[in-house]
Amino acid sequence: MAREIGDVILDLRNVTLAFGGVKALTDISFDVREHEIRAIIGPNGAGKSSMLNVINGVYRPQQGEIVLRGEHFTKMNPYKAACAGIARTFQNIALFKGMSVLDNIMTGRNLMMRASIPEQAVRLGRAEREELAHRAKVEEIIDFLEIQHIRKTPVGRLPYGLQKRVDLGRALAMEPQILLLDEPMAGMNVEEKQDMCRFILDINDQLGTTIVLIEHDMGVVMDISDRVVVLDYGKKIGDGSPDEVRTNPEVIKAYLGASH
Amino acid sequence: MAFFLETLIGGLMAGMLYSLVALGFVLIFKASGVFNFAQGALVLFAALAMARFAEWLPEWLGIADPTLANVLAFIVAGLIMFVVAWLIERLALRYLVNQEGATLLMATLGIAYFMEGIGQAAFGSDIYKLDVGMPKDPVLMLESVFEGGILINKEDFIAAAIAAVLVAGLTLFFQKTATGRALRAVADDHQAAQSIGIPLNRIWVIVWCVAGVVALVAGVIWGSKLGVQFSLATVALRALPVVILGGLTSVPGAIIGGLIIGVGEKLSEVYLGPMVGGGIEIWFAYMLALIFLLFRPQGLFGEKIIDRV
Repeated sequence: MAREIGDVILDLRNVTLAFGGVKALTDISFDVREHEIRAIIGPNGAGKSSMLNVINGVYRPQQGEIVLRGEHFTKMNPYKAACAGIARTFQNIALFKGMSVLDNIMTGRNLMMRASIPEQAVRLGRAEREELAHRAKVEEIIDFLEIQHIRKTPVGRLPYGLQKRVDLGRALAMEPQILLLDEPMAGMNVEEKQDMCRFILDINDQLGTTIVLIEHDMGVVMDISDRVVVLDYGKKIGDGSPDEVRTNPEVIKAYLGASH
Repeated sequence: MAFFLETLIGGLMAGMLYSLVALGFVLIFKASGVFNFAQGALVLFAALAMARFAEWLPEWLGIADPTLANVLAFIVAGLIMFVVAWLIERLALRYLVNQEGATLLMATLGIAYFMEGIGQAAFGSDIYKLDVGMPKDPVLMLESVFEGGILINKEDFIAAAIAAVLVAGLTLFFQKTATGRALRAVADDHQAAQSIGIPLNRIWVIVWCVAGVVALVAGVIWGSKLGVQFSLATVALRALPVVILGGLTSVPGAIIGGLIIGVGEKLSEVYLGPMVGGGIEIWFAYMLALIFLLFRPQGLFGEKIIDRV
């Protein structure tokens, strides 16, 4: 592989998150290195999505902090995260249903739009140029994800697997440094899973994007990840290369011992 | 036949004005999920500002030309509506993100009363004449087709044209610009919009500004027809059935709903009125809204709400 794994880009330190009396995450620490594919796995209800939502700023942990490129965040929010170069996809696909595929992906360019509202309203030079430049970029993403044929279709009408791809496209349009993927392969058939794996590997390889990935299904993750964190009942029970994790007795117990 | 057409056209004109107020509701509901009870108060406030500044500016600046005075007053009133929009977001809505719909509704109810009060404190509570130079004389049309032709109020005609241009402009803005795209994105999914870096606060200010401008146009048109008075705030109540009919989430729905109600009111008043002793115009819209609520609660164009069990 051409990419080289770099220094720690994202560091989570002693994160604890509770909803009322229920602890979703207990004292979790792990780091993510630049250009790597980092997976968070665990059985249902292990706290994987909570973890992702903490990184993204949707949930604010009671304790702990997020260090992003050396900068400390105790109060992260999704908007700040986006500005800091973190993009995400959603487990339950949160696309803009009434809008076309193209428009959905174009929204991902929002942070890079500079033209003022009056300029946009009358389509003055800058607004028009900007729109065209972003449009070109978005077309590249559409080609990359092989969804040219549905460019103009409202996403609400697309099958699930394609919606997942559009969701990924919208995140990619932000040209993020870190891409958070919330169960990108959930609910897909084998072929769709293979496609998604290929896209994830290509994004990582060609663009150098750091990827943090949540998956329920261990098989796929082990093949594509550089390092894996394993959560169970909100606690970290394993962390390391796929091989290390696979042979970790606690992990085996969590996966085989719990009926799910 | 000519009489029927006359009534129909009169209804369409009135309907266009309902649409304009309804549009204010829909814009804000779409973008923030807030049912903005203050839209009527915004209309009143904008009309008051316009009427007063049209009177004050010539005095202060010594402008003799009434058109110039009106244009300046319109700009000043527009700026005031921007400030109002910004203040509403900054002082109220910002703290209510992700609250229940009922909470937000109560907040806008509070804003409505506050705006009515402060509007009258600042601009006085008399009835003001608002003369924006709209021709009041009726014109005859299609004289060659019908005997006696069709009598149309020129003022209504211009008002409807302005409303149509505004609606078309807004639709284009929403569909064709980057900001419009961001607005639609926020309307569809707050969380996803935030996660791709669309700032909710800024979007809300923009939406309230647009709603403020729509209120201003509606206020000026209604005000020049009826005079600027407190009852303008209740125009919003007339637009409520329009929103129910058209669907809370649909811009075309607001327009078509307004037209249906405008026409329905006029036609039923003229043709059914004599049978029941008149007064249909007052309750017709609400009756229609009630029927819709029973049989098609999402309105003509609204999104059907399907709850997953």
